[in-house]
Amino acid sequence: MKRIVAILLVAILCFSIASCGKKEEAAKVKAGFIFLHDENSTYDLNFINAAKEACEALGIEYILKPNIPEGQECYDTALELIDEGCNFIFADSFGHEDYMIQAAKDNPEVQFCHATGTKAHTEKLDNYHNAFAHIYEGRFLAGVAAGLKLNDMIEKGEITADQTKIGYVGAWTYAEVISGYTSFFLGVRSVCPTVTMEVTFTGSWYDETAEKEGANTLIQNGCVLISQHADSMGAPTACEKAGVPNVSYNGSTKSVAPNTFIVSSRIDWAPYLTYCLNCIIKGEKIDTDWTGSIDTGSVKLTEVNTDVAAEGTQKKLDEVAAKLKSGEIKVFDTDTFTVDGKKLESYMADVDSDPEYKGDTEVIEEGAFMESKFRSAPYFDLQIDGITLLDTKY
Amino acid sequence: MNNKHTPLFHIRKRGMLKWYQVWKIRLIAILLALIVDAVITTLVTGLNPIDVYATIFKGSFGTPRKFWVMMQNVAIMLCVSIAITPAYKMRFWNVGGEGQILIGALVSAACMILLGNKLPSWLIIVLSFMLSTLAGAIWAFIPAFFKAKWNTNETLFTLMMNYVATQLVAFFIIKWEVPKGAGKIGIINQSTESGWLPTIFDNKYLLNILIVFVLTILVHIYLRYSKHGYELSVVGESERTARYIGLNVEKVIMRTLLLSGALCGIAGFLLVAGTNHTVTTTIAGGRGFTAVMVAWLANFKPLGMIITSFLIIFMDRGAGDISSNFGLNASFSDIITGIILFFIIASEFFIRYEIVWRKKENKEEPVQEAPIDETAKATLDEADGKEE
Repeated sequence: MKRIVAILLVAILCFSIASCGKKEEAAKVKAGFIFLHDENSTYDLNFINAAKEACEALGIEYILKPNIPEGQECYDTALELIDEGCNFIFADSFGHEDYMIQAAKDNPEVQFCHATGTKAHTEKLDNYHNAFAHIYEGRFLAGVAAGLKLNDMIEKGEITADQTKIGYVGAWTYAEVISGYTSFFLGVRSVCPTVTMEVTFTGSWYDETAEKEGANTLIQNGCVLISQHADSMGAPTACEKAGVPNVSYNGSTKSVAPNTFIVSSRIDWAPYLTYCLNCIIKGEKIDTDWTGSIDTGSVKLTEVNTDVAAEGTQKKLDEVAAKLKSGEIKVFDTDTFTVDGKKLESYMADVDSDPEYKGDTEVIEEGAFMESKFRSAPYFDLQIDGITLLDTKY
Repeated sequence: MNNKHTPLFHIRKRGMLKWYQVWKIRLIAILLALIVDAVITTLVTGLNPIDVYATIFKGSFGTPRKFWVMMQNVAIMLCVSIAITPAYKMRFWNVGGEGQILIGALVSAACMILLGNKLPSWLIIVLSFMLSTLAGAIWAFIPAFFKAKWNTNETLFTLMMNYVATQLVAFFIIKWEVPKGAGKIGIINQSTESGWLPTIFDNKYLLNILIVFVLTILVHIYLRYSKHGYELSVVGESERTARYIGLNVEKVIMRTLLLSGALCGIAGFLLVAGTNHTVTTTIAGGRGFTAVMVAWLANFKPLGMIITSFLIIFMDRGAGDISSNFGLNASFSDIITGIILFFIIASEFFIRYEIVWRKKENKEEPVQEAPIDETAKATLDEADGKEE
């Protein structure tokens, strides 16, 4: 019993010393960042780089907290960051959202921004904001590069036109992933009309083994080109080993796949973070739902790997990018795809998150599916013809 | 006398040490660990080790919130540790704590999701407490039943039950996921807070801590002063003796595991209703395994576990801050913690044994036989179990 009393006394002592300690008043803005994994994940690395870039450009003090799980730890970490003087908190993972909302409710004086979330427009909090980007445009462009590669392979006699089956390793059967692989597929098909695609899901945003296995399964099924929406180096590594060209996401994977990597699309989060931080500095309101685009510099392609990509890829990409910007090309143009053999005339998408998953908003306007218009996070969740899902258990 | 056959040193069992002697050895071990850590830190990263240690300390005591978060983590760790203790005292190697926590957590989440708008919050709390306790108990009872009836291997059985529990949770996450395809449930009843444990004295963390504190005292009394507690330690010491004195060993095994599993179920309940308000496959976070170390370090004394679980969590939280404050990879903090744990575990060896060096003069007195006592037995087992 003495021992416990002693421990308690020590604890109380430390506790009181700590609370008497100096509390530095925050200089104007101090930013705190919460990441699901660390820099070993391509997804988180992309955010970490953007956070450093934005804060250093503005000369703002910042704290990075990697490896924060999607649970109460996220809430606790957010509050610890506030204790350390942060008045801007950013979290990068979808599963952090509820905990960020909770923290935002409890700390109305702090601004919370969350990437990829879906609830800001229905929660209607003044200090909680979602952001995403028109990444489907980036995926479409990456798809064009992949399509050119397929054409090149046909021309060189490596494959025939009826062998143009490609594969895609997805994480979950979630709208963000569906929107991603569909736009990629439409990009490929815009230059290589015979293409079909198989998709497999890993049931995790980051599972190197499952992603590797997924890619291997697709390659065995006869897919001649692979793309992915999951965050490890699993799929690119498997492709490099099998010598199958691949298109990745979040950033260049050339380091692990120098002989097969074509190009990667990614969201550059620095423009959004710069925008948020500037809003706080100027005392302006941050948008509830912010969607970046090619124009804002949010949607980007990495450098094309000319050793692998077809000749003239960069030129074609610039052309298509210009047309996407001007609106001449729409990624989800209803003339370019069918669902169950029919053209899509009307579709109620599930824009407001609730447990019912019911469509609540008409999203077909002017002959196209209006992705990321009614909220920043993607909501395209249709199964279009030409794409086969190998498993949908996740 | 022939000196040739006397080895340079030999290891000999110590007699019982006074508590302050025991703690002296432990403190020396921790001090040594800190020195080794400091050397490694400086060599590998070039940082000033004092800064690193200050960060570890601040990671747990830096602000009142850090302190409370740490205490809450200590409470859950302690809850799982006292939960597995009755089984281990009985020499039933229950490595299924993880699964028993998970199943308790799942049942709590199920109550909150399915009854959320139908029943008043207090009733949901009572129901989910009872049902998750029951679920944990059942999860531990199944291997205990097979062990008692057919002497199956409890280590493998309880381990396998972990995987079953994980898969069950994964299944229900996909069933209840919001939104579709997202692979997560998210905070349950966020707007109504229905089924959430209440905040007392304006402190989110306190209730969990108090509940576990009470449980710890109860388990202490159970093990130390109750007939059941005595019986299970007899079964642990020798099953044959237990049978000889007329104990129903099967009954004791099943009864003890029901208790052990029930306490794990409560830990799951606290994790869901008290802290996370959701369920994930990783919600137990390896506590079912770490608890084995916590319990063993405290020699299966519930009150001692308050200290050992504090130590483990303190290291863990501090290590987390090292990686974020100094921009080091999280693996580095694992290395630091690993070294300290290694020394602490090694110190237990020196508490029970001492090294006797060969004496110069030949007039050595015969080595005194150490009294054979409980600790001797416990130590032998410890040598096996330490790798956990």
